[in-house]
Formats: sequence, C-alpha cells, structure tokens
Amino acid sequence: MTTAALITVTNLTMAYGSFVLQRELNFTVHQGDIFVIMGDSGCGKSTLLRHMIGLKAPTAGSVHFHDTDFWAVSDQERNQIMRRCGILYQSGALFSSMTLAENIALPLSQHTTLATAEINDIVSMKLALVGLAGFDHFYPSEISGGMKKRAGLARAIALDPEILFFDEPSAGLDPISSRLLDELILELRDSLGATVVVVTHELASIFAIGSNSIFLDADSRTMIAHGPPQTMLATTSSAKVKQFLTRGGSFH
Amino acid sequence: MQSDNSHLSTSPRQGTVHLEKSGTTLCLHFTGHWTIGSDFPVFTDIKDLFPESFCIPSTWNSLEVNTEALQDWDSRFLIILRDIQGYTTLKGIPFSDTGLPSGVQRLLILASSSPDTNKVREYTDTPSFFAIVGGKTLHLLEDCQGLFTFTGAITLSYLRLFTGKAQFLKSDFLYFLEECGPSALPIVSLIAVLIGVILAFVGAVQLQLFGAEIYIANLVALGMTREMGAMMAAIIMGGRTGAAFAAQLGTMQVNEEIDALQTMGIDPIDFLVLPRLSSLLIMMPLLALWADLIGIAGGFLMALTLDISMVEYYNQTINSVNLRHFGVGLFKAVIFGYLIAFSGCLRGMQCGRSASAVGTAATSAVVTAIVFIVVSDAVITVIFNILKI
Repeated sequence: MTTAALITVTNLTMAYGSFVLQRELNFTVHQGDIFVIMGDSGCGKSTLLRHMIGLKAPTAGSVHFHDTDFWAVSDQERNQIMRRCGILYQSGALFSSMTLAENIALPLSQHTTLATAEINDIVSMKLALVGLAGFDHFYPSEISGGMKKRAGLARAIALDPEILFFDEPSAGLDPISSRLLDELILELRDSLGATVVVVTHELASIFAIGSNSIFLDADSRTMIAHGPPQTMLATTSSAKVKQFLTRGGSFH
Repeated sequence: MQSDNSHLSTSPRQGTVHLEKSGTTLCLHFTGHWTIGSDFPVFTDIKDLFPESFCIPSTWNSLEVNTEALQDWDSRFLIILRDIQGYTTLKGIPFSDTGLPSGVQRLLILASSSPDTNKVREYTDTPSFFAIVGGKTLHLLEDCQGLFTFTGAITLSYLRLFTGKAQFLKSDFLYFLEECGPSALPIVSLIAVLIGVILAFVGAVQLQLFGAEIYIANLVALGMTREMGAMMAAIIMGGRTGAAFAAQLGTMQVNEEIDALQTMGIDPIDFLVLPRLSSLLIMMPLLALWADLIGIAGGFLMALTLDISMVEYYNQTINSVNLRHFGVGLFKAVIFGYLIAFSGCLRGMQCGRSASAVGTAATSAVVTAIVFIVVSDAVITVIFNILKI
C-alpha cells in the first residue's frame, strides 16, 4: 500500500466495565481504502466502530487520525475531526421528527454559513445522488427500510466527508438493494475520494468492495486475520476465518 | 423373554410405556401418542417402573428402547427421553438409542451437543443479602452521580446558550412551547376547576359549623395561589410532558439518533434538552397562573350554592390575596417546571437500547418528577414559612 495512513489503531483494548470485548487490536486504514471490519456476531465489530467515531473511549491503546491522537485531544478538536467524517448507522438513525430534507440540511446549517437556498440545492443534489430525488418532504416513518439507509447515506455525505463509516450497510436489505448500495459506496469512494470503513458480515459485499480488512474473533478476543479479503481467504491458516469467508464451505 | 407386569396407561389419545426385562437388558416399550396434545406418564412414573436392582451397579448391561408401536412424538417425548438418558447415565447403565426413530436420535444428539454455555454469559448464584444491599447502594450512588453530571451538563449548556454557541432549532423550541403551553390548557383547566370546587367544598363543611362560610373565599384563593395551582399544574405536566420527553429522547437513543447528533459535532444536550427545558421553564408559571384563576373560579361556583353573593365572594378574595401569594406560587411553578423537564430529559438520555427501556424511562421520569416536586414543595414551604413570605 503506497498511500498515506489515515487511521492508525494501536494496541486498542475495548471493554464494557470488566468485560473485555477485544484486546490488542493493531491496524491501519489507508487513504482510499475500503476497509472491512468483519467477524461473527457479538465479537465487537460495532463497538470498534464506536471507538473510531468518538462515541466510546478506549480502555487502553489509541486511535490516531493522521498524526492526531483522537482520544487525547479536547472535545472541540475531536468534533473538528468528526466533521470530516460521515457515518451511516445500522438503522439509518434519521431524526424522526424531521423530513429527509431537514435531516440532510442539519449538518450543513450547523457547520457552514451557507444560505438557505444553497443548502436546499445541496440537499436535493445529495438526495438525487442516492436515488431519492423528490423525497425531500417525506418523514423517515413514511419510507421503506432501504430508503432510510440511502437517506442516512445522503446525510452522511452532506458535508463531503473525507472518511465514511458504515455500520452494517446491507443488514435488512434484499440482495439487489444491497448490491446497489455496494456500487454506491464504490462510486462515492471514487468520486468523492473518500476513505470507507465498513462493518459487515455480508460475504458478497466483503469480496465486492473490500480492499483491506480485519477479522475479529469472539473466542480469542482479538483480531486473528488481516489483509485484503481475497488474500485473507487464500493465505489464512485459521480454520475459522476460512469457514467464515466460505460460509462454512458453501460460498464461492 | 419374560414380561413384566408393570403397565401405565391413561385416557384416549394417550401414550403408554412398559418395561421388559430380558437377561441383563432392560427394554422400555413406548406405544401410542407422545405429543403435546396427549396424555402420557411423566418421568417420575417411568422411573418407578425400573426394578429396585436398577440402583445396584453392573446388574444391568444396558437400557434399550422399543418404539415400534409408537404412533407419533414431539418435543415432549424428547424431554422424557433426555431425562431417562440422564438418569441411566447417573446410574452407570449404558443407554442404547438404536430403537428410537432416527429423527429422535438426531435431535437428542443436537440437544446434547450445544457448546459450552459458560462462555455465553457468567451467571452468578443468587447473591447474598449483603451483596444485594451493597449493589443497591452502589446503584443509588451512581444514580446520584448521574443527577449531578446532568445538572452540570445543563449548566454548561446554558452558558453556551448565553454566549451564543449553543445550537438548536428554533422550530423545535416553538413546537415545545406550544406542546408545554396551549396544548396542556384544557386538561390543566379541568383539573384546576375541580380542585377549586373540592377546596371550597371541604372548607364549607367545616366553616358552616361556625357560620363563617365567607372564609371559603380565603381558603380557595390562598390554597390555589400559594400551593395547589402550581402543584396540580406540575403533576399534570409531569405525567404529560415529562413522560413525553423521556419517551422521545429514549426512542432517539434506541434509534441511534443521539449517537448521530454527537458524531455530527452537535451537543445532544444543547440540541435536545435546551429547547425542552427552556419551554417548560417559560410555560409552567403561565400554566400555574391560569390554574390559580380557574381554581378560584371553581371555588366561586361552589360558593354560589351556599348563598354567598358574587360581590361578597369577589371582595373577600381580593382582600385575602396579594401579589406576594401569587409570587410564591409562580416561583414554585418555575422550580417544578425545571424539575419535570430535568427528570424527563435525564431518564430519556439514560435510556437503554431497547423498546422496553423506553417504557421504563417514561415511567421512571414521571416517578422521579413527582418525588422531586413534592419534596421540593415541602422544602420551599418550610423555608418560606421561616422567612415569613
């Protein structure tokens, strides 16, 4: 990998109280990567994401964005970093009391000095990008699950972020929608030049979009494999990783 | 083959079992229906079938099962078999499953091969009395810490508001102003008028004994302005708006909306708590004032039935209350408003990530609010009494 390191995770230990979820995680996300975090249910994938987006402080170890220690700086500085990130939550996490347009306009109106008309233009454009043109005035409760995901994505890319985080983007989507979302992620990476971090266990997505990945193991409570998914499958010595990546042997 | 006489049977659509001994082998013969809808012997009955010598080691070589006459079976049959299997293992007699239908064999293997459950979660035994008391105390301390942290967070948030750095939507603020004010008027009016009537009625019964009915006006006017107006408005708003705040914020917590705000660099306290708290702070005194007036009107309605003239009642009321009494009630209303919004928002922000947690948060918000209201009312009344206000 020749590009610069964007996020560096060093010796990260995650715990809830005295219950250690994962320990000694070391990996680097490079510029332009689509970095996949995978592992079986309950191994701490989403928790790892929460550590990377500032929602949960590490028990030990550090997360660096470029050269900044994410958890050592002040809240303001962390917020500054977070403004360069866009996050798509598992459930979409749209504000249910606001229309889609208001949802997407929120980060724009809070963090920029753009005029309302300009904000409205950006909102319509972002909605069009995710295939929801014309749904500006719908409330989240009035659209389907897949549409909520896409609207959440539109909100995540509202500020043209450097880094996009996805928490199980294809959970609850049908295979076609899920493939369209994958293509959208690739498209956004290429056109916006963003770096993408994805938590997923959708095998098709992992192989279709992942350029680098780690595998978290719930039993040994650490990462047991690291590398591009194809290489990981070809070179891994762990039976567990092999089974996971081949769906217990039935997936090709 | 020598047949045993022990036989258990019950009513139609039934399952029966009997035991045969041959040499050193025991064989259980299952016949009929062993399903959820049928009657069949329970495990303890089957255990009684086994001979006394069952307990003596190496008397019996194996326990076999014959299911040729078994008509149908389901999970209940599996449970019986699992119990028998466990029992024979305990007694050191090999259990042979070859006589079972292949489906039963596979399910038995599946049920016994579930992985080591210790790893899933460590359950401790029932904790001792001291552990429970200690746990509750620690929990209480944590709860208190939560109260102080939240108070601090709200104070910081107001500081940001006054320095112009807090971010929230004006439309949210206006919406909550309406929610906490005009929308609550009908129910507040209804309760206030009834409280006025009740105060007047209770007073009338006693005061009539002395022919002093006219003092009903004093009772109602003072009671409403100093105490009941603010109190009743607060209890209604606690149940109405406090619970709503907790449920709204709790649902946002479940839906990851609060995480989303945080990662957008927007402080959830500024964005969600400030508009709610501020609107209730503004609206509570107004509601209490309204409740005072409506309550006095209710007392007046009651007085009319006691042959007190309108003018008399009016004069008596005007003479008994002054601005200070209203001031006491309104001061309390502001405090109550703060406490209601505080409890509602606190419980909402503390909400866990499940649907049932939202219900708990709403309940807890109302309970917390009412406890706070009554305790603070008592404290304020005592202080005012000492200060002679």
